[in-house]
Amino acid sequence: MTLVYLEISDGKIKKSGFEALNFAHKLGEDVIAVAIGSIADTTLLAEAGKYGASRVVYIAQPEFENNTYASLLSAAASQLGSNTVVISGTYSGKAIAPRVAVKLQAAIISGVVDLPADNAFKKGVFSGKAFAFVQTNASKKVITLTPNSFNIEEIGTEVSVENMSFDNNSQTPLTKSIEKIKAGGKIPLTEAEVVVSAGRGMKGPENWGMIEELADLLGAATACSKPVSDMHWRSHNEHVGQTGITIKPNLYIAIGISGAIQHLAGVSSSKVIVAINKDPEAPFFKVADYGIVGDAFEVIPQLINAAKTLNKA
Amino acid sequence: MKILVCLSVVPDTTTKITFTDNDTKFNTTGVTWIMNPYDEMALTRALELTEQHTGSVTAITVGLADTEAVIRKALAVGATEAVRVNAAPIDAFQVASEIASYASTANFDLIFTGRESIDYNGGLVAGLLAEMLNLPSVNVVTKIDVNDSVAKLERDIDGGREVLECSLPLVLSAQKEFAEPRIPNMRGIMAARTKPLSIIEPAAANTITFAKFELPKAKQGVKMINADNAGALIELLHNEAKVI
Ligand SMILES: Cc1cc2nc3c(=O)[nH]c(=O)nc-3n(C[C@H](O)[C@H](O)[C@H](O)COP(=O)(O)OP(=O)(O)OC[C@H]3O[C@@H](n4cnc5c(N)ncnc54)[C@H](O)[C@@H]3O)c2cc1C
Ligand SMILES: Nc1ncnc2c1ncn2[C@@H]1O[C@H](COP(=O)(O)O)[C@@H](O)[C@H]1O
Repeated sequence: MTLVYLEISDGKIKKSGFEALNFAHKLGEDVIAVAIGSIADTTLLAEAGKYGASRVVYIAQPEFENNTYASLLSAAASQLGSNTVVISGTYSGKAIAPRVAVKLQAAIISGVVDLPADNAFKKGVFSGKAFAFVQTNASKKVITLTPNSFNIEEIGTEVSVENMSFDNNSQTPLTKSIEKIKAGGKIPLTEAEVVVSAGRGMKGPENWGMIEELADLLGAATACSKPVSDMHWRSHNEHVGQTGITIKPNLYIAIGISGAIQHLAGVSSSKVIVAINKDPEAPFFKVADYGIVGDAFEVIPQLINAAKTLNKA
Repeated sequence: MKILVCLSVVPDTTTKITFTDNDTKFNTTGVTWIMNPYDEMALTRALELTEQHTGSVTAITVGLADTEAVIRKALAVGATEAVRVNAAPIDAFQVASEIASYASTANFDLIFTGRESIDYNGGLVAGLLAEMLNLPSVNVVTKIDVNDSVAKLERDIDGGREVLECSLPLVLSAQKEFAEPRIPNMRGIMAARTKPLSIIEPAAANTITFAKFELPKAKQGVKMINADNAGALIELLHNEAKVI
């Protein structure tokens, strides 16, 4: 039996949790979804059935804290008799997965992007520059799945939600949350399906208005290259690449970014890449699906107009 | 304050990645090895904290003899001592087990790792270590200050930042912004030669193996759109690529 952790965020199941359910279902064994957190309307969790769960378990719990959540998840895995635990690799998922692995004495494979073939799990390595096929002989496994690497399909129907609880001994929070500060953008970069990203070619922070406008029209998050965040034109939360965030949206639009190897490392797994650069020799064109050679300041307004027309249609 | 910093030795960020032996081994020919960038930030912040509060910084790496140049660099920028566990690191579980068994023999107030190693991108060692040592952990930390055995931290969360408090000892993984790396100077390099570097024999086995590697599929080729008709891009993304 495979257990899938469902992350609750703002009173809803995160989309990456549905990806994990679909993935787990296709591993072939029965899937139990375990949601930990607080959700006002627990019937919302019944939806997990549509994406592959045959049972849905809810453990009511205050705020996220990695030790508490890991204790509960591994207790659930032991009690329900599961040998495989699948966790989406969000920031929270990555914080609990290794703890769960140690508690269950399981092997852990992180950053998985596809279903196993020949018993080997495909995972991203060298920061997006390659993939590895990882095997383990361990009888128990914890797998973290890279968000947005697995399509979501409806494969079942809603199932009723079971409440579960454990005694409090193993769940002492070890860290105390003082404050949460939302990043500026409306759509979190790590969850965005479309990302509009810009580099030093934009000349200065005062020119980001048009980047934000285009992103808004496309329902996209904004990102930037390293020098842009180093110069404080944009916040560091937007920096993508080898030393920034790794993302794999459906669409990545790079404007005025040269396409240095360290930048590409963080974005090259994006499904469709658009490069806009005034230099026809810019390395970004080598990895792009669509390209425009031109001045960003002339190209972006045209894109904004076309996006407005599309949104009206 | 005693701080342990875990250092992973990785290929330089400009390395062109290729494989040998029928795609079963990473081709290390001509590769320049560096300290994992996040670990370098962790090391710098550790040095800053011990300068502020007094204490010592121990650098530990699980690696074969060829990692010693990087360890010497850690000593040259100011680490007090270094430890090398003499094993080829294959698996985060194995690495964490080795570090945990060393750490359990000394009372560290803080254990720093990087957010992830830029070669195998596990992002696992901090969490594994914390659980093995039964300590609190905080991932992707951008900021730490310590006052009277309580750490105040900031970490990245999906869609923002979180401010947390935690009493020592604790394990954390460093995210960019944690500190600006230092460049070793001549005096540091000379001093590093006489600093202690102990070598420990390994005990842990690995739990996973890398069966094969693969490079990403080459792109079909780029479709160019004329800059005077840039709006056509939006239409292609909608109708052809179907991504908006
Ligand atoms: C250890 C290490 C780690 C690194 N990690 C990262 C990382 O994680 N992420 C990252 O991004 N970088 C990283 N870098 C830096 C990387 O090597 C590049 O320096 C950086 O990506 C360049 O940013 P850029 O493309 O915005 O700027 P530039 O290289 O300056 O390129 C600007 C581009 O804009 C174009 N341009 C200029 N004006 C216009 C215009 N009007 N219209 C259209 N195009 C225009 C130019 O033709 C050029 O291609 C790292 C470097 C090192 C050494
Ligand atoms: N071989 C190693 N020796 C010492 N520390 C390591 C080693 N590998 C990884 N680490 C530490 O663990 C962090 C995360 O690595 P990983 O889990 O491999 O992505 C790194 O940034 C290092 O701080």
